[in-house]
Amino acid sequence: MSYNIWDPLHECLDRKDLERLQLERLRATLERVSKVDCYREKFKKSGVKPEDIHSLADIAKLPFTVKDDMRDNYPYGLFAVPMRDVVRIHSSSGTTGKPTVVGYSRKDLNDWTSLVARVMTAAGVGPEDIVHVAFGYGLFTGAFGLHYGAEKIGSAVIPMSGGNTERQLIILKDYGATALVCTPSYALTLADRIEKMGHDPRTYLSLKVGLFGGEPWSEELRRELEQRLNIVATDNYGLSEIVGPGVAGECLARKGMHIFEDHFYPEIIDPDTGEVLPPGEKGELVLTNLVQEAIPLIRYRTRDITRLHYEKCECGRTLVRMDKTMGRSDDMLIIKGVNVFPTQIEEVLFQVEGCEPHYQLVIEREGTLDTLEVQVEVNENIFFDEMRKQRAFVEMIEQRLASNIGLHAKVKLVEPSAIPRHEGKAARIIDKRNK
Amino acid sequence: MKVEQISIFIENKTGRLAEVARVLGERKVNIRALSLADTSDFGILRLLVDDTALALTTLKEGGFTVNRTEVVAVEVPDRPGGLCSILQVLDECEINVEYMYAFVERNAGNAVIIFRFDDADNAIKILQQKEVSILSGDKLYSL
Repeated sequence: MSYNIWDPLHECLDRKDLERLQLERLRATLERVSKVDCYREKFKKSGVKPEDIHSLADIAKLPFTVKDDMRDNYPYGLFAVPMRDVVRIHSSSGTTGKPTVVGYSRKDLNDWTSLVARVMTAAGVGPEDIVHVAFGYGLFTGAFGLHYGAEKIGSAVIPMSGGNTERQLIILKDYGATALVCTPSYALTLADRIEKMGHDPRTYLSLKVGLFGGEPWSEELRRELEQRLNIVATDNYGLSEIVGPGVAGECLARKGMHIFEDHFYPEIIDPDTGEVLPPGEKGELVLTNLVQEAIPLIRYRTRDITRLHYEKCECGRTLVRMDKTMGRSDDMLIIKGVNVFPTQIEEVLFQVEGCEPHYQLVIEREGTLDTLEVQVEVNENIFFDEMRKQRAFVEMIEQRLASNIGLHAKVKLVEPSAIPRHEGKAARIIDKRNK
Repeated sequence: MKVEQISIFIENKTGRLAEVARVLGERKVNIRALSLADTSDFGILRLLVDDTALALTTLKEGGFTVNRTEVVAVEVPDRPGGLCSILQVLDECEINVEYMYAFVERNAGNAVIIFRFDDADNAIKILQQKEVSILSGDKLYSL
């Protein structure tokens, strides 16, 4: 099997050379972030100076950056360049209550585009391909990232955006897309719809490859997608805080996703102690931007749990490979590709007069789509004798949830004490989706 | 002239209705009439009982969410057209009914209709003007 590599110079570096490049870039980045108030204070507090970093291992001396740092410095406090040098703003998906804002300089955009070009090439996409992007275009980094990456390698890009499945299918079929970019659950929805229309999803479209992301998915789902749509289903990884998609991508050897280490320095830590774990251990992924100009983050805690493999891959890349993410070290849920924190739901319930925050979240997968049910305990203040008022009350909470978390949730009233008490946070969440 | 009714929130799962009946039965509370409105998730059970205060404490102790509401009990002859006559009055006088249910008296040959109105006081005034027979709580609870 032959493997295409977009940037062989950087993707196949000898590890010694790679580490030398990483250290050089890390020290330059530290110098740049020293101008950012948040980092100046962080470094001062932890008693470490950028000039104390003499080796890559020294990075463990540096403090972590966490999502709260982004919120505390909302919107532009973490930017390391003046706004005149920023050419694009993006924001994290779903968390409309407390968004995190990221910026890109002209160079950052070019770098990002090249990184996604690497992802596309690794997945087997080339100039002859027609790439259908069904991520929503907007603040979310997914659609734009994949769009520019695909254009860069010379593919024909269809900027379809999300929603309207019937129209998606007409365009997919008539325009002859060979590569599909969307969430894995949406790919299943497309397969279902084709079957419902009475066609065979294996032959109905011209698709050869799918690049799926935006939500965690299992090997079982991969096999199902490959069989039902007759495609090669590939995984890629990214998060808006770091760059968006383009942090890591799977090659056709499919032994994990190659992290583009010349741009991002990965560590695996014990999420409880913060200690760096040896290669191959399972833990939380921490990433440091080595190149980013606008908003370089140092030791950013992704909260994603995975493992890193440093053995050379048969595709020829020397870059480390990360496993599919295996969960989170915090309580963030990803429902229909939207990031949801239980605290966001709690806040909405707190604001409803008479409502006590005894709630439980039940997440299920009905067919191919995730559903969220918010169970709320009834009490005398929110119990009405008239059905009309009771239903209006339920609908009011549903509307508030939709506008606050950007997701339709079904609200179900339950009897008092139906929800277990004193069993910690986990008891509030029942995730029935088979991972 | 209003009658006290108890409303109980019931989750749609097996045994909840039986549990209400059991706790009330244990305390010798006698149910005079009941109605149940339900959705796929929950129901609202409405009860008229011979001892409202006892029923309320009993149900609260049993962990149920309960409300006390006021309804109007109207007596009509138990014969064809009996219900229609009273509904016509309500319609003519533009009185809005939230919900209603009915039962038949054992001996008197009358039916009793329980109404929940938007504005109970106004409804009672108008019904009295139309010489409709309205039952008091004492009379109803002891039927």
